[in-house]
Amino acid sequence: MECIIEIRNLWTQFGSNVVHRGINLCVRRGEIMSLVGGSGSGKTTLLRQMLGLEKPTRGEVRVFGIPLHGSDQDQLHKLRNRWGVLFQEGALFSALTVYDNIALPLRELRTLDEGLIHDLVMVKLGMVGIEPHHADKMPSELSGGMIKRIALARALALEPELLFLDEPTAGLDPDRSESFVKLIQELRHKLNLTVVMVTHDLDTLVALSDRIAVLCEQRLVVVGTLNEVVAVSNSHPFICNFFMGERGRRALEAVKDAVLVT
Amino acid sequence: MQDAVPQLPFAPHLQRSAIGDTPRCELGGAWNLHALEHHLVELQPALAECASDQRCEWDLRQVQILDHAGAMLLWRTWGKRRAAHLLLKPEHEQIFQRFDLPPESAIPRSSYNPLHGVITVGRGVLLLADHVLTAIMVFGQVVLDALYLVRRPANIPWREISASIYRTGAQALGITALDGFLVGVVLSYLSAQQLKLFGADAFIINILGISVIRELGPVLAAILVAGRSGSAITAQLGVMRVTEELDAMAVMGIPYTLRLVMPKMLALAVSMPLIILWTNGIALIGGMVSAHAELGIGYVYFLSSLPDAVPVANLWLGLGKGVVFGLLIALIACHFGLRIEPNTESLGIGTTNSVVTSITVVIIVDAVFAILFKDVGIS
Repeated sequence: MECIIEIRNLWTQFGSNVVHRGINLCVRRGEIMSLVGGSGSGKTTLLRQMLGLEKPTRGEVRVFGIPLHGSDQDQLHKLRNRWGVLFQEGALFSALTVYDNIALPLRELRTLDEGLIHDLVMVKLGMVGIEPHHADKMPSELSGGMIKRIALARALALEPELLFLDEPTAGLDPDRSESFVKLIQELRHKLNLTVVMVTHDLDTLVALSDRIAVLCEQRLVVVGTLNEVVAVSNSHPFICNFFMGERGRRALEAVKDAVLVT
Repeated sequence: MQDAVPQLPFAPHLQRSAIGDTPRCELGGAWNLHALEHHLVELQPALAECASDQRCEWDLRQVQILDHAGAMLLWRTWGKRRAAHLLLKPEHEQIFQRFDLPPESAIPRSSYNPLHGVITVGRGVLLLADHVLTAIMVFGQVVLDALYLVRRPANIPWREISASIYRTGAQALGITALDGFLVGVVLSYLSAQQLKLFGADAFIINILGISVIRELGPVLAAILVAGRSGSAITAQLGVMRVTEELDAMAVMGIPYTLRLVMPKMLALAVSMPLIILWTNGIALIGGMVSAHAELGIGYVYFLSSLPDAVPVANLWLGLGKGVVFGLLIALIACHFGLRIEPNTESLGIGTTNSVVTSITVVIIVDAVFAILFKDVGIS
């Protein structure tokens, strides 16, 4: 199976503090891979390394087969047009309107005319369920849920094959996170996306993930489907606490049958 | 469907033909954003030509990849509707479905208003009034805080005050010394050229003494501090506004005027005269060195004649101005900092405005001082 993202023997060290100790991971085409782990376990660092925002101390990260560190600028630039990133707080450009935020990556291509950009922006807004009259608002006038949706529209502006989600439902009320999860599910099939997600939210995790990578004690202790991860929970206190705590049990209720099969 | 996509899709291409009388347009390859990006220029005229004939039959069955960008390009070519004769892969059908309800242009473009000029001026005046009003409110709050502290001296934020004095005063010594020295050298050198013509060499001491101690020292130091500490204060308060730290203080019952604004005003009121004294000294040393080199005036003579040439009232006037400048710079910087809205652009504009305003206000106030005290210290 082809790896969209391939991490080989990755080490991260801040001073004497080792964060990752020999991590190997393969994200397959078309799947949703969730990265979970306790606070401070280096999930976000790992995500940032996959995005090329940080350089691991040792080891290699390849995305679409291109090494993120050591490739030339041209290759990396093309690569960056093939992925989209939804940051935790949205990271919308606060000085630009909603419309301009989504139009920005399209304008940066410098080949599309304004009319086409306009129509594309409107399609993207429609896709994430934002009404057109919000297009000329500034990010500071929007609610958290809308910012997330618009940030998603911006992440999807360049028709990416790979989507990174950093805590996609953090800070949303249950109703909105529910609909956001549905939105991602729907778009994922429509757009054939491969998704890498970092999340703390068990409901989101259970609802979306095809496979889960559990980061704990500086290593990936298990990578597998929800069932496979839950199956090893007895051998690992973190997984046990994470999934078998009260909240974990409640989230698993929804997929109880699936878990019982194992 | 995923497996059907070849590893290296072909570039988007277009084949025109005709069956009998009916023109045909066959599309193939990858019609997605990344492929189209490089071929748009050559494809667009061909597409337009195909679309010019309404009877044209569009065959998209050879298209390997179609995304929103490609579909939208075709959609626009067809005049924002589905082509009358269209052959399509079933899996590409759904992309066009979303376009069937074309969203109306939602970006309202502001139309020309003949009163635009008047409105701009009016807004400017109102904004100025608003600035003055809120600045007075901040000042009033600081005065109330000061009265509160007089009654309860245990609450005086000494740490904040001393930290601010260190940042605005001690850390500014280097840059004010450099600038002061150079201004002293230049002023002395240029004056010496003129004085030599009249043989009035000794007056260099009067010129330097009065101008540096009464005017240049205070204004120069105030401008440097406004640029240095004023911008820092505005940015600090602005970021605290953006990150909701100010609100956090407010809900803890810590009034931020008392903890942030007042210490800075007090600190600048203390450090400003000290910096002025320092700048004066260094500028006079610079002038003295230059006068020695240019006119041969001895250091001892220079220093011993200085008290006779410059009445001491000038020094007090200069230091008094320093206190006022310090208070104003801190007040203006805090005022702009507290007005910053939670976005990056506002932070940049606020910081710039803060510095420009405080420098302007320093110069205006200096002019007012010059008029009010025109009879003081000049024999």
